Amino acid sequence: MKSMQELSAIREKMKAEITLEGKTGCKRVVVGMATCGIAAGATPVLNAFVEGVKAAGLEDMISVKQTGCVGICQYEPVAEVYDGTTRTTYVKMDAEKAKRVVEEHLKGGNIVTEYTIGATEV
Amino acid sequence: MSVKAVPFVGTKEQEEALKAAIAELKDQPGSLMPVMQKAQDIYGYLPIEVQTMISDEMNVPIEKIYGIATFYAQFALTPKGKHQVSVCLGTACYVKGSQLILDEISKQLGIDEGGCTEDRNFSLASCRCVGACGLAPVMLVDDDVYSQMTPGRVEEVLAKYA
Amino acid sequence: MMQNKEIATALTDTEFYQIQKRVALKNCGVIDPENIDEYLAMDGYMALHKVLTEMTPDDVIQVMIDSGLRGRGGAGFPTGLKWKFAKGYEAPQKYVCCNADEGDPGAFMDRSVLEGDPHVVLEAMAIAGYAIGSSQGYIYVRAEYPIAVKRLQIALQQAREYGLFGENIYGTGFNFDIDIRLGAGAFVCGEETALMTSIEGNRGEPRPRPPFPAEKGLFQSPSILNNVETWANIPQIILNGPEWFASTGTEKSKGTKVFALGGKIRHTGLVEIPMGTPLRTVIEDIGGGIPNGKKFKAAQTGGPSGGCIPASHIDVQMDYEHLAEIGSIMGSGGLIVMDEDNCMVDIAKFFLKFTVDESCGKCTPCRIGTKRMLEILEKITAGNGTLEDIDRLEELAAYIKQNALCGLGQTAPNPVLSTVRFFREEYESHIVDRHCPAQVCKELFRYVVDPDKCIGCTQCLRNCPPFAISKTDYIAEGHKLPSVTIDQEKCIKCGACIEKCKFDAISKQ
Repeated sequence: MKSMQELSAIREKMKAEITLEGKTGCKRVVVGMATCGIAAGATPVLNAFVEGVKAAGLEDMISVKQTGCVGICQYEPVAEVYDGTTRTTYVKMDAEKAKRVVEEHLKGGNIVTEYTIGATEV
Repeated sequence: MSVKAVPFVGTKEQEEALKAAIAELKDQPGSLMPVMQKAQDIYGYLPIEVQTMISDEMNVPIEKIYGIATFYAQFALTPKGKHQVSVCLGTACYVKGSQLILDEISKQLGIDEGGCTEDRNFSLASCRCVGACGLAPVMLVDDDVYSQMTPGRVEEVLAKYA
Repeated sequence: MMQNKEIATALTDTEFYQIQKRVALKNCGVIDPENIDEYLAMDGYMALHKVLTEMTPDDVIQVMIDSGLRGRGGAGFPTGLKWKFAKGYEAPQKYVCCNADEGDPGAFMDRSVLEGDPHVVLEAMAIAGYAIGSSQGYIYVRAEYPIAVKRLQIALQQAREYGLFGENIYGTGFNFDIDIRLGAGAFVCGEETALMTSIEGNRGEPRPRPPFPAEKGLFQSPSILNNVETWANIPQIILNGPEWFASTGTEKSKGTKVFALGGKIRHTGLVEIPMGTPLRTVIEDIGGGIPNGKKFKAAQTGGPSGGCIPASHIDVQMDYEHLAEIGSIMGSGGLIVMDEDNCMVDIAKFFLKFTVDESCGKCTPCRIGTKRMLEILEKITAGNGTLEDIDRLEELAAYIKQNALCGLGQTAPNPVLSTVRFFREEYESHIVDRHCPAQVCKELFRYVVDPDKCIGCTQCLRNCPPFAISKTDYIAEGHKLPSVTIDQEKCIKCGACIEKCKFDAISKQ
């Protein structure tokens, strides 16, 4: 059982983690892990991000989370990177693509444009 | 498509697991269905022997249990195959031709919907929407989802489980 | 996907997303559904705190009435009124139920909410518990949604650990907890009285109303039932006020609606749009139109209880009233797009087959009436129909609508009625010309070989299951081998030949 103060503290702390406010250089990666995402192969993508971030020693700077369905079924598996004010939507992902995103985007700071939603035809 | 009656074989462990589940759930209001779901998890299906056990333990008439077991699609009175093949006949899959996939599987396995192959390797069913509409038409073998199926790919998919 | 700048690197830059307005889906795809802290960060459980500390139950109900929120499960009954009725009955225990038995084939809105934002449903149910005076909730969820069930269980456990569920919530003396019950694969259990009968541990058969569940529902006690999407709107209505919610939508249909867009459409997906958005916007702008250069033929809403909206009504506003006017319903949110390759008689048959399978058998109009209708449709699609059969269908439909016991039966004829209304010529073509214009009904078209295109590779011949294909003596100019022909007597219309032919030499006629 949590007190009101404890709940408020959790709320504020988590808000900062999600919006990345006041957290320069931090990033947040979310992988769509609803039924459709998992059916399309999201689990290895999530694992590749978790392992890639860990191998790079960036766990304090980059959080990798699962999330629900963002609504774009035929682009699954979907992974999104939040980086300050920028949101990047990577679609039709697999473990190999995730590794490249870790290298170039998460570590290098450059968006892998060819994997993004606008560059992908269905 | 009728499946020959398979003699019931239950282990002591299964029976104990069922009795434990009944003891745990018994006093909740409306616990009969959760108990039957648990029983199906334990035995894989609900033969008359298992229904009788539930009836005795819970003091519910067998005809009520049989009535529920036959009402809901999820309860099976006959055992299922080692691999459960199902084809989504939800609207999104249907308009993209999933009936043709089902027909093809049925032809290749030589069984109808609801049936089980004689070697008990495959059973075949249709399902209503697995929620993967973006991947339509889909078929499932156990927990594996095969997306954007065509009749031509059926043989290759089934071969993986033969 | 359509772009608004050079290359849209974010979903939020795409037209697919920009036309939408996310209320019920606010947190889906944003937060980790298995972590209550993330829900708290999105103002989670603040609405519950607000009602428990600042509002009376009557205040809460008034806010719900003022917001104009109507049930998202299909029928569109005002949520606030439902709560008001339930509050009005005295009883030692009342119940708050959540309908998560999403059964319409091709609809997955509720699954997405449960998998993406389970806490919102829990919080909203607790709010309703406070409003009507109940301490016990039930969520009835499809067993076919294992991930949704798992995430609900995790969410419930976390909420209990934080003291947001259970006894003395927020120290206000209010108690509320929830049991999760699994459905067992019966479509009729999406009907409110059948769902309650099923939670009670019986065959899920509907009960006659009145008495309505607000008076005698679950375990014969006053109960309310709302569906997942309805619940997902409620915490935000409490926090932002009823005026905020009512500022979206039309006069009688407030807020947004989530649709599962599927079928013959370029961008399949889950879309949330303001009520009253024209169908055209959904199909052309959000959905990106029909793939493969085909023409839009119809959109189906409301699943087995709904109807088909033809291309001539593509500008219809998507709200309760306008959809009802053209013989469809809002339904729970399935939106299936069909192109010229879909046969409307076959679609009507598909839905009716579904209803016949799923009819619980309790009342005669539904149990026998839908079966008779299906037989007529089977006769028509087999090429044995007569024009009187269409009249017979309409007559039976009217009878079933009027006399069936529950919503399932009363709406079962809708797919037939709406296709007869808008695609009568297609029915007539099946009957008079013995022809299926979309070439779907197997008895009403043939596969034929164009001997001048056939190069005689015999790929089709070798793959024909009933050996219906044989060589002829004819060798077309420029070809070396004789063409093949199909014996219509032996052909089973499986389509294996057309799939194998690389030379476009086989067609349906």
